[in-house]
Amino acid sequence: MREIQASVIAETVARLAVEANHFLGEDVVAALKKARFEIEESPQGKDVLDQLLKNVEIAKEGAFPLCQDTGVAVVSIELGQDAHIVGGDLIPAIHEGVRKGYTDGYLRKSMVGQPFSARKNSKDNTPAMIHTEIVPGGQLKIIVMPKGGGCENMSALGMLKPADGRQGVLDFVTSVIDKAGSNPCPPTIVGVGIGGSADQAMWLAKKSLLRPVGQPNADEETAALEKDLLTRINNLGIGPMGLGGRVTSLAVHALVVPCHIASMPVGVNVQCHSARFKEAVL
Amino acid sequence: MKLTTPLTEEMVAQLRAGQTIEITGTIYVARDAAHKRMVETLDRGEKLPVDLSGQIVYYMGPSPTKPGKVIGSAGPTTSGRMDRYAPRLMEIGLKGMIGKGLRLPPVKDAMQKYKAVYFAATGGAAALIAQRIKKAEVMAYEELGAEALQKLEVEDFPVIVVNDMYGGDAYEDGKKQYARK
Repeated sequence: MREIQASVIAETVARLAVEANHFLGEDVVAALKKARFEIEESPQGKDVLDQLLKNVEIAKEGAFPLCQDTGVAVVSIELGQDAHIVGGDLIPAIHEGVRKGYTDGYLRKSMVGQPFSARKNSKDNTPAMIHTEIVPGGQLKIIVMPKGGGCENMSALGMLKPADGRQGVLDFVTSVIDKAGSNPCPPTIVGVGIGGSADQAMWLAKKSLLRPVGQPNADEETAALEKDLLTRINNLGIGPMGLGGRVTSLAVHALVVPCHIASMPVGVNVQCHSARFKEAVL
Repeated sequence: MKLTTPLTEEMVAQLRAGQTIEITGTIYVARDAAHKRMVETLDRGEKLPVDLSGQIVYYMGPSPTKPGKVIGSAGPTTSGRMDRYAPRLMEIGLKGMIGKGLRLPPVKDAMQKYKAVYFAATGGAAALIAQRIKKAEVMAYEELGAEALQKLEVEDFPVIVVNDMYGGDAYEDGKKQYARK
């Protein structure tokens, strides 16, 4: 059985949190460049995209994170069933990594306890939001995704009727993005989870964001839905920062799973242009 | 167009939705928790820790300042969360707000009533925006950390007028111009 040290997990989470907040993925940068130089027509929209591309360069130097909102640390774990964690427990090790990464890395601490009353800041950005999956093999894959509050607040769940069908999905997701307007820092990436139960649809919506930007779903019918959604969304005219333009979203990513005969859950998770995540395999 | 703070009613009267502006001078920083405290202070009939008359409030909570720097990354937060508090601050003389995202009708109405303006900075351009901040000082509520009330000195701080005092709305105009059936 393969052994993985808890301390290595903590160090890895810490490193990934800092890297994700300073180095925007090349796929996201490419999508922003395509939006700027090939698609956007609005002068203000182009100016916004220029600012975002400049921002990427400054953040890379290491003194300033991409966004002041360095996010809630969403940590996705794929643990191989043959791996054995030694020298500590998995979940505390992840929280420890977040604590270390956000403290030593000068990242903003944005987590508050007792959300409906005291809202007291934990001062180390814990707890992380952890999703675990058990997979074959002996490796541990860790993805750290700092998720900003502004775009996360625009999330929505639609418990649609089976009769609503494909058109219902198009209408619901488009209406969520329309209502969100300039709030989630467009251009966005829209994550959509279709099927499952209410909770699963929401997680799939977020999980779909962990795909390279614009890479279509492997299933042809789902890929066609993603494409139609992107067209509908960009036809809204919201544009970069909501000031009007052709590029409201860079991509739509959907994940689809079976569901109950009575249901058609549709989860929407909005990701701002600062689409940050880094992964490591131990 | 360039603007130097504090803002007078005459200066606000010149601004129109959609204009690109560079702000120089003092601006104040406050977000959710600081707004809650300020409005509670006013409701108790007490004075605010800073005089907001003629001033601009920037909705922002910076990342921590690295050694040798003035401030951390410093982009705008979503303004809608301050909608509950904003009219009360305009009532006591606040002239400008900087943030990003949509405002509710009562806030836009208050801008017309009290002759104030709402600017948007580019959300997520936080590292770039930080370069325009020359000085930062915590004025109150230090225990709120990133949510403390701060005073900034800014130079050519780039914003766009979203809502002017005449009811103009750059978000609505922009969307109308680029929407397709």
